[in-house]
Amino acid sequence: MAKKTIRTIPQQRTPMAVQDPKQRVGNFNEVALGYSVEDALNEAERCLMCPKEPCVQGCPVGIDIPGFIQKICDQDFRGAYDVLAEATLLPAICGRVCPQEDQCEKVCVVAEHLEPVAIGRLERFVGDMAVAEGWANTPDIDPNGYRIAVVGAGPAGIACAADMAKAGCEVTIFEALHRPGGVLTYGIPEFRLPNQFVDAEFQKVLELGVKLEANTLVGRLFTIEQLRDEMGFHAVFIGTGAGYPAFMGIPGESLNGVLSANEFLTRCNLMRAGDFPTKDTPLGLGRKVAVIGAGNTAMDAMRVSLRMGADEVHCVYRRTKAESPARVEELHHAHEEGIVFQWLTAPVEILGDEHNQVRGLRCIRMELGEPDASGRRRPVAIPDSDFEFECDTVIYAIGTNANPIIGQTSKLKLNKWGYIQADTDQCTSLAGVFAGGDIVTGSATVIQAMGAGRCAARNIKAYLGINDTVDMDISDADRSRIFGIDARQKKFTRVRLPGQEHSAGPA
Amino acid sequence: MYEIVAREDFSDSTFLLEVHHPLLSKAAKPGQFVIVMSHADGERIPLTIADFSPDRGTITLVIQAVGKTTREMQQNNRVGSGLYALVGPMGVPSHIGDAGKVICVGGGLGVAPVYPQARAFKQRGAYVIGIVGFRNKDLIFWEDRFRAVSDELIICTDDGSAGIKGLVTDGIERAIQAHSDIDEVIAIGPPVMMKFAAEVTRPYQIKTLVSLNPIMVDGTGMCGGCRVSVGGEMRFCCVDGPDFDAHQVDFDELMSRLARFRKEERRALERWDRSDNCRLLQEDRDVSD
Repeated sequence: MAKKTIRTIPQQRTPMAVQDPKQRVGNFNEVALGYSVEDALNEAERCLMCPKEPCVQGCPVGIDIPGFIQKICDQDFRGAYDVLAEATLLPAICGRVCPQEDQCEKVCVVAEHLEPVAIGRLERFVGDMAVAEGWANTPDIDPNGYRIAVVGAGPAGIACAADMAKAGCEVTIFEALHRPGGVLTYGIPEFRLPNQFVDAEFQKVLELGVKLEANTLVGRLFTIEQLRDEMGFHAVFIGTGAGYPAFMGIPGESLNGVLSANEFLTRCNLMRAGDFPTKDTPLGLGRKVAVIGAGNTAMDAMRVSLRMGADEVHCVYRRTKAESPARVEELHHAHEEGIVFQWLTAPVEILGDEHNQVRGLRCIRMELGEPDASGRRRPVAIPDSDFEFECDTVIYAIGTNANPIIGQTSKLKLNKWGYIQADTDQCTSLAGVFAGGDIVTGSATVIQAMGAGRCAARNIKAYLGINDTVDMDISDADRSRIFGIDARQKKFTRVRLPGQEHSAGPA
Repeated sequence: MYEIVAREDFSDSTFLLEVHHPLLSKAAKPGQFVIVMSHADGERIPLTIADFSPDRGTITLVIQAVGKTTREMQQNNRVGSGLYALVGPMGVPSHIGDAGKVICVGGGLGVAPVYPQARAFKQRGAYVIGIVGFRNKDLIFWEDRFRAVSDELIICTDDGSAGIKGLVTDGIERAIQAHSDIDEVIAIGPPVMMKFAAEVTRPYQIKTLVSLNPIMVDGTGMCGGCRVSVGGEMRFCCVDGPDFDAHQVDFDELMSRLARFRKEERRALERWDRSDNCRLLQEDRDVSD
């Protein structure tokens, strides 16, 4: 086959079908409909298979991107899934919610001249097919006797648990809520990430032998120290996230009708308040909603509000669209659906009526001044520009802080913001206790949390002396007896051959 | 599934559930609460732990059937059945200090959650004055338990059918008059009761703690629905409380926030009242009568 060049590949990025905006605001069905086989084949042709593979470096979990795309080109979709499964158990999730434009696609060589290869869409295509077909790659796992506790069944915990289970450890995930998934379940709405995919991909983690203990509030039911010292776990990974919503401290925040995006989304996504009164959790949404903030969570809250029946939804943000932390695609979808954006606008007071119910927001107009520490231009209030704006629901989506429970109940060192102190190897101040994801870094993305979970898994293995690194040429081995955890780096290939010695179990 | 091993009905609306959860029974401390979902489609409701027994491996909840969820629990949560979700213990445990003389006040259902605190104070050697208040004699429960951990027990009823005729605030006033050396008052009950209990002790500058029970979803600090104003600052009841300095709490705000879903609650309850479930409950009662 002739070598592909930038001139010979399809010049246009293959578009993905989306549900019509007018129609979709009336339902919770998925907005982006995914690639057909033809779409996927067409888009896969756009990958140059360049030897540099910058995309692989750009992926927090190190997926062999050209490898799986090549399999798509070969129409070997199961093979494409096998390549993905070496690095991730969650392609249907990551293909939807990763900010690929800032990761793999950002460094794609094609992007130097054209739009980058739609890596995320291709990943989703393969992930969806795997869920639909029920594909599962259960590796040949040798139990090594080590027991690992994972705190939090969100993206970081799931990634860490999967890697540790593959390495032969007995893993238990402890989750405070009644369902696993963390932000994937309570936060990200159905129309962006249907829960069926979260359930299907989490099932694959369970198939590795991972146990889930839901309804378990670590810290209060037992402590991190107890897990390690009394309950027989050889190492602990904490991935509890940062879900502790921030408010602004302006007057009126206690009024009825003011809620955090976390509460709003949890009621809708986890508790299915949309089905009230068939389901018992109420929502109490008004007709005119103002969402403060313009990140991805804000976009989710606004778009869910529309679907829950709000007549009008406004985005109130003190900077401009250019500084908005939301993904371009999310902003675009929100705009299409009729969200009213009030850029350069900051709330200064929430106004209430005689029943302590929200009746409006008092805001002030802003302009952009000098860049601040984040490199974004600092918004500065324009004197005497305040105005009142009528609404009956105010949703805060201005970020989250560290959850205090683990800090209240363990001797772990925290930083000044209350996040757990962990070094680059994800080690905390307690021996054998590792932490990663938002509880270390503050709010970030699903895939960054997963990357941290995998990094912690590597380091837990090093800490316990689990040696599942075998220097060998994998092409020579019987592939059915091998599974790769990080095949690109050839680091975590565990091989079982007759008579071979395995790493020692716990002393 | 968390198995219900015992149940006791105190009145038409108040009942006790003893639930099997050995780990929780060991971890629970006075003042803490749990979140319960009675079934998969249910809402998550916070309930204060009324008792815990590591020996039996159980915790005890006392519930008042007032809304749809609690009425449904009253009907369905029989011995041998189970709760879909039970998570805890949540919240910061009550500080059982070395106070020499304390008043433990329970109003109505609040008698249950204040009991573990009274017991803990008694175990630490404090002189415990128990004050329990009910609308009438028929609603009284746990008098014996309370008496066992109290050096003095004052029962108050609205109609005077038992104990003194009056509210718990009258009982508190009476206890303060009789004892000039009260170190601490713990008052748990309906918000309006706690508000007025705080007003009784304020002039005497007696340290007074209340346990708040606002609306919450997860109970782990994630939703922020349980925010309360204490000393002018926003606090999350689930992780900063549930105990707060009564003299600092904005009770009016708390009561207003508790009414947040009044419309939806009424709708759910009306729907429940019309449903077959409720008729069954009615027939059930008729039979037992």
